[in-house]
Amino acid sequence: MNAPLPPLRGLVLAGGHSRRMGRDKAALEHQGRTQLERAMELLRPLCISVHVSVRADQRQDPLRARFPQVVDRGFEGPAAGIHAAQQQDPDCAWLVVACDLPLLDAGTLRHLVSRRDPARMATAYRSSHDELPEPLCAIWEPASGAAFESHLTRGKHCPRKFLINADVLLLDQPRPEALDNMNTPEDLAAAQARHAASGGRPIHVQYFALLREQAGRREETVESTARTPAELFRELTARHRFTLPADMLKVAINSEFRDWSHPLKEGDAVVFIPPVAGG
Amino acid sequence: MNRFRFSHAPIDAAPLREQLHHPSCGGFAAFEGWVRDHNEGREVTRLEYEAFEPLGVAEGERIIAEACQRFGVERALCVHRVGDLDLKEVAVWVGVAAKHRDEAFRACRYIIDEVKHRVPIWKKEHYATGDSGWVNCERCTQHAHNHDAGRAHVHS
Repeated sequence: MNAPLPPLRGLVLAGGHSRRMGRDKAALEHQGRTQLERAMELLRPLCISVHVSVRADQRQDPLRARFPQVVDRGFEGPAAGIHAAQQQDPDCAWLVVACDLPLLDAGTLRHLVSRRDPARMATAYRSSHDELPEPLCAIWEPASGAAFESHLTRGKHCPRKFLINADVLLLDQPRPEALDNMNTPEDLAAAQARHAASGGRPIHVQYFALLREQAGRREETVESTARTPAELFRELTARHRFTLPADMLKVAINSEFRDWSHPLKEGDAVVFIPPVAGG
Repeated sequence: MNRFRFSHAPIDAAPLREQLHHPSCGGFAAFEGWVRDHNEGREVTRLEYEAFEPLGVAEGERIIAEACQRFGVERALCVHRVGDLDLKEVAVWVGVAAKHRDEAFRACRYIIDEVKHRVPIWKKEHYATGDSGWVNCERCTQHAHNHDAGRAHVHS
């Protein structure tokens, strides 16, 4: 048996001041959901619990009060959130994401989790812009806790500089644009225009058994306009020539059984379930 | 620890049985599913199990909770193998400890029956003839293809 894997908790960083945006980035709405809600939902299927990182003065904010919180303790910036989470539960790993990544998708997160190396201090993506580690979409293992605290107490506040010098597994991003963040109203408008132009939004699909073999892959992120899993399955059947009819399958969205008519949202993780055969 | 688990390594029943042991329990029933060398008239040489684990663990846990409530048992565990299995290996293990034998037997039976029908696990049989097939998938596909409406697939 393998050594037990430290469980994974999720942390959405939403304690910034959003100075360049001019308004709270976590509260910005995109396709009917706030950035904070969207990030929380992306993490939920992958983690045993999901928390929002806040400054002490944000605890009562209605948007943030709805979720379990991790409150900054004595440091500032994104590093403070990561540090507070590691203090709150030093025995688990933290999947940390910033709330201002409008193009982040379930596939990018699943890829990170599936390739996680718990023997390192962290598993992170190599930035598609400058090849350096991206600390704000990364898994911080328990082993990084003491070293990171010592980094902070030496007056260094940049989590990126910490990862540059730490034993980190660096992965290439499956979708290079997925970690583009937005700091200004122009960034936000560009992200929205990008979605509007394609008409679709990213949906992550995982395949098992016969569907995996027929699709020739375990997972993919598709840009789809499908409103329901039924529509999505029709699109994918045309693409991959699946032989199983939909009425023999069940469907799960974000790791829960759902109806074929359940509305699909951007970033949903969908699994079509062929007839099962346990035992 | 979850009461329903997947194991990528061979299942060792002894520690599982030990976990169920309790002074208040006078009966223990276990079921083991083994890899058999034939199925539906074909000689089978090995099996491959694949699972959608996050949903499988949640559904397996629901089944065990149902069994405990329905039959009044307190202690039950189920472990299902995934990966490549040879003949005679244990594919699934179910154990139930209860005050008396009757509820232990019935809860054990309920758990294995429900697991087979509800947990997202898939079984691929490899045959002596060299080919292979996903159980419950390939034949149904042919039925659908032939517009054979006679036998709807049970997939509750």
